[in-house]
Amino acid sequence: MGTLTKTNRRDFLKIAGTTAGGLFIGFNWLACDSPKMEVLTNEEILAQAKNFNAYLSISPSGDVVIYSPNPELGQNIKTSFPMVVAEELDADWKRVRVIQANLDTEKFDRQLTGGSGAMPHSWERLRKAGATARYLLVAAAAKEWGVPAAEITTDAGMIYHKGSGKEASYGDMATAASMLEAPEEVTFKDKKDFKIIGTPVKNVENAAIFTGKPLFGLDFYREGMMHAMIQRPPFGMKIKSVDDSATRAVAGISDVLTFDNSVAIIGNSTWPLMKAKKLLKVEYEADGLVESTSDHDRLFREMLDNGKAEERRRDGNVEMAFKNAAQVVAAEYQCPFLSHSPMEPMNFFAHVKENSAELIGPTQTPDRAASAAAEILGIPKENITVEITRLGGGFGRRLRADYVEEAVKVSKMINAPVKVTWSREDDITGGAYRPAVRYRFEAALDAEGNMVGYKLKGAGINAGNSTRQDNFPSGAVDNVLIESIDHKSPITTNPWRAPITNFLAYAEQSFLDEVAIAAKKDPVEFRLNLLEKAKANPVGGELGYDADRMIGVIKTAAEKSNWGKDPNVSQGFSVYFSHRTYVAQVADIVMENGSPVLKKITAATDCGMVINPTGANHQVRGGIVDGMGHAMYGNLTFEAGLPIQKNFDKYRLIRMKEVPQVDVHYVDSGFDPTGLGEPALPPTGGAVANAIYKATERRLRSQPFIEQKEFQDIKLEIRRA
Amino acid sequence: MATLNLKINGRTHSVDVEEDTPLLWVLRDHLGLVGTKYSCGIAQCGACTVHLNGEAIFSCSMPVSSLASSDEVTTIEGLSEDGDHPVQKAWEEIDVAQCGYCQAGQIMNAAAFLDKNPSPSMEEIENAMNRNICRCGTYHKIREAVAKAAKI
Repeated sequence: MGTLTKTNRRDFLKIAGTTAGGLFIGFNWLACDSPKMEVLTNEEILAQAKNFNAYLSISPSGDVVIYSPNPELGQNIKTSFPMVVAEELDADWKRVRVIQANLDTEKFDRQLTGGSGAMPHSWERLRKAGATARYLLVAAAAKEWGVPAAEITTDAGMIYHKGSGKEASYGDMATAASMLEAPEEVTFKDKKDFKIIGTPVKNVENAAIFTGKPLFGLDFYREGMMHAMIQRPPFGMKIKSVDDSATRAVAGISDVLTFDNSVAIIGNSTWPLMKAKKLLKVEYEADGLVESTSDHDRLFREMLDNGKAEERRRDGNVEMAFKNAAQVVAAEYQCPFLSHSPMEPMNFFAHVKENSAELIGPTQTPDRAASAAAEILGIPKENITVEITRLGGGFGRRLRADYVEEAVKVSKMINAPVKVTWSREDDITGGAYRPAVRYRFEAALDAEGNMVGYKLKGAGINAGNSTRQDNFPSGAVDNVLIESIDHKSPITTNPWRAPITNFLAYAEQSFLDEVAIAAKKDPVEFRLNLLEKAKANPVGGELGYDADRMIGVIKTAAEKSNWGKDPNVSQGFSVYFSHRTYVAQVADIVMENGSPVLKKITAATDCGMVINPTGANHQVRGGIVDGMGHAMYGNLTFEAGLPIQKNFDKYRLIRMKEVPQVDVHYVDSGFDPTGLGEPALPPTGGAVANAIYKATERRLRSQPFIEQKEFQDIKLEIRRA
Repeated sequence: MATLNLKINGRTHSVDVEEDTPLLWVLRDHLGLVGTKYSCGIAQCGACTVHLNGEAIFSCSMPVSSLASSDEVTTIEGLSEDGDHPVQKAWEEIDVAQCGYCQAGQIMNAAAFLDKNPSPSMEEIENAMNRNICRCGTYHKIREAVAKAAKI
């Protein structure tokens, strides 16, 4: 199945550079520095351990403290990272405590959550951290006992020498070990000896979450802290006038301040701010383009018909292929703007002081928050601390530092510590969305139904390159043209879970279904044939994907779903490679009493080695629920620069009763682990749309499905098998 | 401004707030009970679910002045002494949470539901839990955990 992926010192730069956030800190955390071990003497020090400078600490009592540098937003990194360290350390998992590290650019690199990149980036570093500490503990024991280190074994936080019968705990050797010099190289465990990795380990914060402990940014309160909410302008508008008289009259409001085209309301608690903000009268005037969804419909048409697109990929002779085609299939697909809508709305605490600032809150990019604050305040970045709280979801929204910048500015203006809270309406209308895109696909088939030409033109609203030109089926088709064109809009956009691919995959996998049907081929066979062709003769040089791994998930999904075996089940197929992980999905629809019922989605995933099966299942199921929910219901439309949907009454999120059964399978390809926060989402919309077509012959070429006229009389029900 | 006496988690608290202040913000901003979450503010998502005399209610849309001094409010902090309510135990066993933000509301809804219907069918569980949104999509595990809690 190919060679194992390797992370070395050089390529971490490359990997980090390709992630959604695009941000990395240019310091290699453990590859060049062995972990220094701090010895904790008692519970009191353990409780304060986050102020230590070490990554891994072992106390004489045998407690192991592991710092988790990356922000936790539900991807379970705070459990899976320490599992890897503890595995190589041979620690007793019951004695491991995990502490969220603050921003520390000296100790940690890539201290961010985005691009499903943390695990592939850190896998070797984490192993090295654990293995180095284990080496030192063994060396300390060997020295004390006067025996060769090679004769010493470890297990669950204990050190043994069989010959002499001596044994000690990690705590016994912690002090002596911490004085030894760390080795340059250490040996990793054989993967077959793993005891923690690959077992279901529970979320380390379960108890706190299930008893309502303050964990999230919005839960942060401090004596003397002020509260603020902010009125932001519609996109493309600027403030003409502000009438804050009624706002100021609300009990509990201390100030109203206009800054940067926004108005901040300051008060002593949240509810007065919510009331006061409704009474604020702000008149706006155009400051550039003021757009509505009807403008975007027109812009898409203009861009696709007449726009000068950027050529992203060209193979062979596309014009000739289409001229000589026995059959041409063409279709357009469209996806709307979406809000990220994490359950915890944007918020941040800032305390700006004379020559420093303290920032506390939920961020996917603490380093970007610190940089932004330093620039605003004109002070050195080292003078800014960022404490990362747990994030009540992120989905890419908290890669942006806009809400941190506001908190910094407000704290500076009022010269006091402040927490800026966004209401749900602020959160949905305040910007940085998944961009809206329309795609035009064309496929040329020869007389045997082989796809000999493939064209894709993507038109986006602030989407950047809305294509992924090297993704399948590129490499498998002789004549290919991929182009993209983008409209610069004042409506802000941002990476949204599985950026670009979250809608491109749906469009592409639905279109390939159309092509397979036009070619009178089974959709699975059609894809497998293309992949075999890509393997044998990759068009345009090296493939942007591993054809064998894609074939592996396709075959597994087909087998586990009984693809094509039951004539009473209408199945839709979809497969996608994103963020280094391969996922194939099959959606099953069964007719019951004349209505199509979506019963089940079967997923096959190749993410290399699975670290934590529970966490992995969470990400795959969650990604599928997310992908299905937004394909079915998600829609953000605009009128005069403002979203029409402002809260969950109109902006519809998927609920319990709208979720089918989801069966999760993994393909053990022997590769090192890749990320899972995003890759299960992209294939889902296509699998569901293709199953709906199979059951009803209605092709859903736009999202959300429930708002399409083709969908209206289908009466799709969702019920578990 | 009014001085109100509220019975929360078995203790009586006296608070000075505007009468229209939702119970949610009294809990969070005035009493430091931040386990009850704000998310939509319009009774759509269930993150703010607490018990009022044993009934699951949306605290974001309940003006605090509408509570009588005899009314008993229970929040996630008061659901059990040591986090060992059957629903909390089931949530731990099934390892339900992803980001965790909605889970206090989910737990409170499930606990009130199971009090009334100790042996629910899966369909009844789905109907009851449909009022709480989980943006991470932990619905499969929530469903499983409610069924589990019914057996504890």
